Amino acid sequence: MSNNPARSVHHVIARLPGVLIDLFPGAPRRVELPASTVKEMIDGLDALWPGMRDRMCDSRPAIRRHMNVFVDGERATLETRLAPGTEVFILTAISGG
Amino acid sequence: MPEKILVLIGTKKGAFIVESDGKRGSWKLRGPFCEHWPMNHVVGDPETGAIYGAGGNEWFGPAVWKSDDLGQTWTHSSEGLAYAAGEEPIKAVWSLARRNGSLYAGVQPAGLFRSDDGGATWNHIEGLQHHPSRKDWNPGGAGLILHSIITHPRDEGQIWVGISSAGVFYTWDGGKTWEPRNRGTRADFLPEGQNYPEFGQCVHCLVMAPGKPDRLYQQNHCGMYRSDDGGKNWQSIEKGLPSTFGFPAATHPRDADTLFLLPLNGDSAGRYVPDAKAAVWKTEDAGAT
Repeated sequence: MSNNPARSVHHVIARLPGVLIDLFPGAPRRVELPASTVKEMIDGLDALWPGMRDRMCDSRPAIRRHMNVFVDGERATLETRLAPGTEVFILTAISGG
Repeated sequence: MPEKILVLIGTKKGAFIVESDGKRGSWKLRGPFCEHWPMNHVVGDPETGAIYGAGGNEWFGPAVWKSDDLGQTWTHSSEGLAYAAGEEPIKAVWSLARRNGSLYAGVQPAGLFRSDDGGATWNHIEGLQHHPSRKDWNPGGAGLILHSIITHPRDEGQIWVGISSAGVFYTWDGGKTWEPRNRGTRADFLPEGQNYPEFGQCVHCLVMAPGKPDRLYQQNHCGMYRSDDGGKNWQSIEKGLPSTFGFPAATHPRDADTLFLLPLNGDSAGRYVPDAKAAVWKTEDAGAT
């Protein structure tokens, strides 16, 4: 039995934006991977496609200012916890006028 | 005659390559490359044939792009290209310089990084951040940007950088220790009587004359200058030019006395070519005329 329930592994689904996929040829738009927080999910994506974390996160460390990670319709942070099967949407910000 | 000539261009909408054969009779434009990222500087490495691009994207942050096949395919990395946690993150890469197997990158906010594996991973040259003046550096109009890197052709320890608007800084020990080298360059935007500070000048472009490492030229926000002692002292060479303002400067590949400039009408006059006449200005006597 695990002594650290926070580390219990369950799978979530990451939905990646096309403009991010363009930077990592071969990466799919939908990725199922084990993670219990947004940070773990991004670490998992970076392990699959080295460098992907740097495109989504800066060195503060935090999700980049113009990247949005949505969990259950709310804008998430790296610390946001993910329930099993959660679908996480990663979107690039749109601005202008 | 060279077999092929490539002009490497960085733009807000990606990198481009203009290509011709040695006769330069016709040119072909290729691009945009680097997924349309704003690319601030694109350089070629004559030793390996690689092309490197310095850029930064509002969504995805800074990266150095690399092509080993003259632009057909590209990779990108920013591994290690970061300040410590809690500090202002790097927004973009602005300048590149290649020397003896190492690649240097200048970034915004101003800092210098070095890669010894062809841009795959980066190490921060922290000494520049430790200069006592660092806390007093102010950003230029586009930000606090390290846009010019010059390495000494023979002595690996010597590097000059241009930062707007902190001025020119020089290291003789590979980046551990730095000193400002701005004596003789003006800062017209500072209060009267304080126009020649030790640092804080808004240098726009810094270049080294070929074969003469002590001969530097710079286009500044406030004038054009030449130094014959590695930047310790600067002399104005703006006389005879239509303005004192501009951005680029380029030396001749072989003649140390030839310099090319593109003066603009002024920092608050629109930053247009003077009288709407685009012109590159050339001196062949180190700026005397």
